[in-house]
Amino acid sequence: MSSGHRHPHPPQQPDIEDGPYTWHMALTDAVTDLLLAKGVITGAELRRTLETIDAATPAHGARLVARAWLDPDFKARVLEDANAAAGELGIDAGAIPIRAVENRSDLHNVIVCTLCSCYPRYLLGAAPDWYKSRAYRSRVVREPRAVLAEFGLHLPDHVRIEVHDSTAELRYMVLPLRPAGTEGLDEEALAALVTRDCMIGTAVPAAPAEP
Amino acid sequence: MTVPPRYRPGQRVRVRNWYPPGHVRTPFYMRGHRGEILRVIGPMPNPEDLAYGRTDRPPVPVYRVRFRHRELWPEDDNPREDTVVADLCEHWLEPEETAS
Repeated sequence: MSSGHRHPHPPQQPDIEDGPYTWHMALTDAVTDLLLAKGVITGAELRRTLETIDAATPAHGARLVARAWLDPDFKARVLEDANAAAGELGIDAGAIPIRAVENRSDLHNVIVCTLCSCYPRYLLGAAPDWYKSRAYRSRVVREPRAVLAEFGLHLPDHVRIEVHDSTAELRYMVLPLRPAGTEGLDEEALAALVTRDCMIGTAVPAAPAEP
Repeated sequence: MTVPPRYRPGQRVRVRNWYPPGHVRTPFYMRGHRGEILRVIGPMPNPEDLAYGRTDRPPVPVYRVRFRHRELWPEDDNPREDTVVADLCEHWLEPEETAS
């Protein structure tokens, strides 16, 4: 033992730096270093931007949905321009246009980006890993009912499924149906029913269980 | 300079069965298939130019196009009316053949 470091260690799981340093990681690091070295951005600006991105959560989208359920005029504005409607609630939905697609009793919407992993992250937070997986991206367009069933969502035959493939500079989110049995709930209680998956379309909101 | 859109909502189109090299945003599974224009999204920068830093090119009309699952994958024999919608650039679309 050259180190003289002889006490035993438990087995270690690989840390983040232990994976392969890929071409794209090197490119990202090089471009970042150049932008900082040339003074195009500062380290503080980079950190603030990452903080803003990371601060987005599905709670933003859920507030939008709950308000839309309670206020038909607001719902119309959400469907017209979700970014502007979010702004009314003090939520920054970012510069990329987000379009809300509305579920109906005979129509269920699902969001995917088959080309990469486009996602309305300003309103829904970071995308779940499965959303970026090849399995979800390839299967949900081809066999949406089977994929939704794996999420525990079984839709009747009379409900048409429309899969939205985010192939351009627009992002999509689902405006789900308000579940029955939620009459009298306030906006906060309604928002609590709207999970991330309800706005991707792999789930639907459920009324709270009876106490 | 903006080109007026060639197609209007309700019109039937076919996605070009075309395999150019480079950065394109038209998924393979819809190439060569028929769909319906839902709406004109508007002129947008062409990703096929932007990807190569060509920022001086004119924007192109982009459309929401709806496809029937049965049209995309007839071999699946899907009895339902399920659909897929995507946002496609005009140069990827051609009018559906009118001759029978």
